[in-house]
Amino acid sequence: MLGRFLDSDVFYSFRRNPLAVGSAIILVCVLIGSVFSPWLAPTNPFDLASLNVMDSFNPPAFMPDGARANLLGTDEQGRDVLSSIMYGTRVSLFVGVLAVAFAITLGVTVGLVAGYLGGFVESMLMRITDVQLSFPSILIALLVDGIARAVLPRELHNSLELYVLIFAIGISGWPQFARTVRGSTMVERNKEYVMAARVIGIGSARIMFSHILPNVLGPVLVIATLSLGQAILAEATLSFLGVGLPPTEPSLGTLIRIGQNFLLSGEWWVTIFPGIALALMVLAINLLGDWLRDALNPRLR
Amino acid sequence: MALLDVVDLVVEFPTRRGVLRALDGVSLAIEPGEVLGVVGESGAGKSLTGAAIIGLLEPPGRVAGGQILLNGERIDTKTQEQMRPLRGKQIGAIFQDPLTTLNPLYSIGRQLVETMQTHMKLSDRDARARAIKWLEEVGIPAAAQRIDAYPHQFSGGMRQRVVIALALCAEPKLVIADEPTTALDVSIQAQIITLLKRITREHGTSVMLITHDMGVIAETADRVAVMYAGRVAEIGPVAEVVKHPAHPYTEGLMGSIPSLTHRVDRLRQIDGSMPRLTAIPTGCAFNPRCDKVFDRCRRHRPGLVPSGKTQAACWLYATEAANG
Amino acid sequence: MFAFIVSRLLQAIPVLLVVGFISFGMFAFVGDPILFMLGQDFTVEQKEALIRQLGLDQPFLVQYGHYLWAALHGNFGMSYRLARPVSTLLLERLPATAELALSAAAFAMIVGMPLGVYTGIKRDALSSRLILMFSLVGVSLPPFLIGILMILIFAVLLGWLPSFGRGEVVNLGIWTTGFLTWSGIKALVLPAISLGLFPLTLNMRLVRAEMLEVLRSDYIKFAKARGISQRAIYFGHALKNTLVPVITIVGLQIGGLIAFAIVTESVFQWPGMGLLLVQSIGTADIPVMSAYLQLIAVLFVVINLLVDLLYYAVDPRLRIGRGGGH
Repeated sequence: MLGRFLDSDVFYSFRRNPLAVGSAIILVCVLIGSVFSPWLAPTNPFDLASLNVMDSFNPPAFMPDGARANLLGTDEQGRDVLSSIMYGTRVSLFVGVLAVAFAITLGVTVGLVAGYLGGFVESMLMRITDVQLSFPSILIALLVDGIARAVLPRELHNSLELYVLIFAIGISGWPQFARTVRGSTMVERNKEYVMAARVIGIGSARIMFSHILPNVLGPVLVIATLSLGQAILAEATLSFLGVGLPPTEPSLGTLIRIGQNFLLSGEWWVTIFPGIALALMVLAINLLGDWLRDALNPRLR
Repeated sequence: MALLDVVDLVVEFPTRRGVLRALDGVSLAIEPGEVLGVVGESGAGKSLTGAAIIGLLEPPGRVAGGQILLNGERIDTKTQEQMRPLRGKQIGAIFQDPLTTLNPLYSIGRQLVETMQTHMKLSDRDARARAIKWLEEVGIPAAAQRIDAYPHQFSGGMRQRVVIALALCAEPKLVIADEPTTALDVSIQAQIITLLKRITREHGTSVMLITHDMGVIAETADRVAVMYAGRVAEIGPVAEVVKHPAHPYTEGLMGSIPSLTHRVDRLRQIDGSMPRLTAIPTGCAFNPRCDKVFDRCRRHRPGLVPSGKTQAACWLYATEAANG
Repeated sequence: MFAFIVSRLLQAIPVLLVVGFISFGMFAFVGDPILFMLGQDFTVEQKEALIRQLGLDQPFLVQYGHYLWAALHGNFGMSYRLARPVSTLLLERLPATAELALSAAAFAMIVGMPLGVYTGIKRDALSSRLILMFSLVGVSLPPFLIGILMILIFAVLLGWLPSFGRGEVVNLGIWTTGFLTWSGIKALVLPAISLGLFPLTLNMRLVRAEMLEVLRSDYIKFAKARGISQRAIYFGHALKNTLVPVITIVGLQIGGLIAFAIVTESVFQWPGMGLLLVQSIGTADIPVMSAYLQLIAVLFVVINLLVDLLYYAVDPRLRIGRGGGH
């Protein structure tokens, strides 16, 4: 399996593309650094006992009066910025990945059903898709989040905010999957293997999910990669706007929002470093997605 | 002196797997007022020859050898900007598909006026009057009213007439017509060919008529060049090449044309297919398919040698030269 | 032409009804308007009187009808948070958002399109590659981060431009504008650029892709074969053909810009509808949210219509039917 992959055209074009290789390396580093942050981070930013207000607003280590212990400086409560970033990236990735997974599940199902069944079901589903696609996804996510805020009691909402966010971002992202999968499904539907499966009496659901689905996953993979970047940005944006994750459970967006308050007084590192981390991660994901799209598109080869 | 002289033209495409030689030593000449037909299967290099002459090879294609002379002046070494005044003014071009060769967002009058004003000092009013005259000449009915119409308002045949007017409106000495009828309905094809023949004769324009349709050539051309695998296999007067083909490939090509005048029991066909550019055999490119092949054909490449009134690239006619 | 506009408007009605339905759903079922309007202390009679007054005891569809009727008359209820009519609140904020979004769109177009043409023509030049790489970085930077960076550089470090607010505005009756004062224009620069950067990169990439596509086309090759000058080919024949798809995207962008202005307005404390929306979401102020949604839907319909009309102007294939040219 691995041998076959290392020998494939896709891997060949990967090796020849320094941007893709660089992005992959950055992503692997980000992944390791964030997933294992409790073990790798210099300090635990949530451990209130270890915080010392005397340490607040230490500039980064490379600046004249920076403290060596805090590579990227400390914030207003003396938290190590690097540690906060590692923990925050973990939260951002968690929300992003689950939101995309949710969007894929919903979108692929709608696309398969619409493309395979056709007729009234299809035109209804696609109408909904079109209406939603005509609104920017960030607006949809904002409104869904706002409605959840109004429906759920305040205490419940605070403890569920992470999942509310995942739901809101996922809901805002599913239509592009639905549209792509529907297109591919309509092509696959008329192929002989589907006809054959139908003739021997296999049920619609089974044909859709075990016969057609594997054949339409290529484009889904590409959109999923690019969507992950968008989902992480959406989460950061919502958290930045103050309607996402609370400071008790900060993602990169939350860190940037809190840090922005100190920008005018000169403590730029509190907000700029989380911003760089976010931009680097999203850039790497986008570059990889761009490369993947070209590599999987036979027309461009 | 010939109007156009192509000598040993070589065109190459650098690719990931090495350099492909798409044209390998093509030589042909066109006299003033003459119609030269160029025939061959797709991939033989007919269109490429036309594109190289007008200096519009698609990158990464490039002229890698030989010369192209227009009125004795080399034009293959000119830059794009140096070539520009010649295009349209000295050499016109007609492309295959009239549905895509006209800019959909410009009225046909605007495209004509633009072309003429690029090459000639004409006031807007004179240019417009000339445009109407050209449209009339190529047989557009009610030209004065239709000059401001857009391409999509014309049928395919009418659009090809407009394309012909555009190619000729700056009075070039030579026009390269690349498969001008292939994309059209069969019923329209003859009209367009007749128009092209009449209008170029009236203006004394030479024509390089590229087609895979031997019937069109037989009817229209003065001389014909038969191309095979990026080389000229045979070149000579049309009547001679059709009636007494010298090269075995030409012979096969003529045998595969159904005839109305002669009773033929069976149409002949040539076994096999033209080699790909990556796998052109040594010696004569036609040797694996030739029924008259002998040892020499597999080892050495033949040049064009006279055979009767035509010239053929075939060792069958080179015995004297070989002995000498 | 007229028939075309009418059919477009008819097509938009279902969309507007659906959006209206969702807004109404939010309005009627999310949260408890009675609680919001009466506060904690009220009698049963008071409550029932208000329910009748608001029509909450009527069947669902009747309520929906009333709601739409009221919305058509610009009545979207009262803001829970500010206790003022939502329509007044939105109208006060509309000029700020509209001026910001239009300036950003103009910036994105005026800078983005020439860059797209340039990188399309000089496809392999080093400068083109650099521009493209920067654009990819631009796409990956979240808009709020760009805003923060610009505040840091131009407001904090250099002190050239204000970091928040709209500056001095001139009141023109129902519209307030920042275009007429120097401080208003200065205040507009940073928000407009930070909002416009993302669509700028999109415009550039789109124009470039279209340019490459068009430059490969037969009619460009034919124009070259006729000896038409490079200038006329690139900026006449090619650019005009790239405009058709570009118009759609640019048109849809303006809608998107109004939505993304939410973020920019938060960064720069720009007193527009977006800032109002964010504050309303934070406090679950449902009437403002539902009204905003409907306003955006109407705006999108209008913009789509304008885009279709622009098509008409550019593409003769739509303008005139196929004439009898046989």
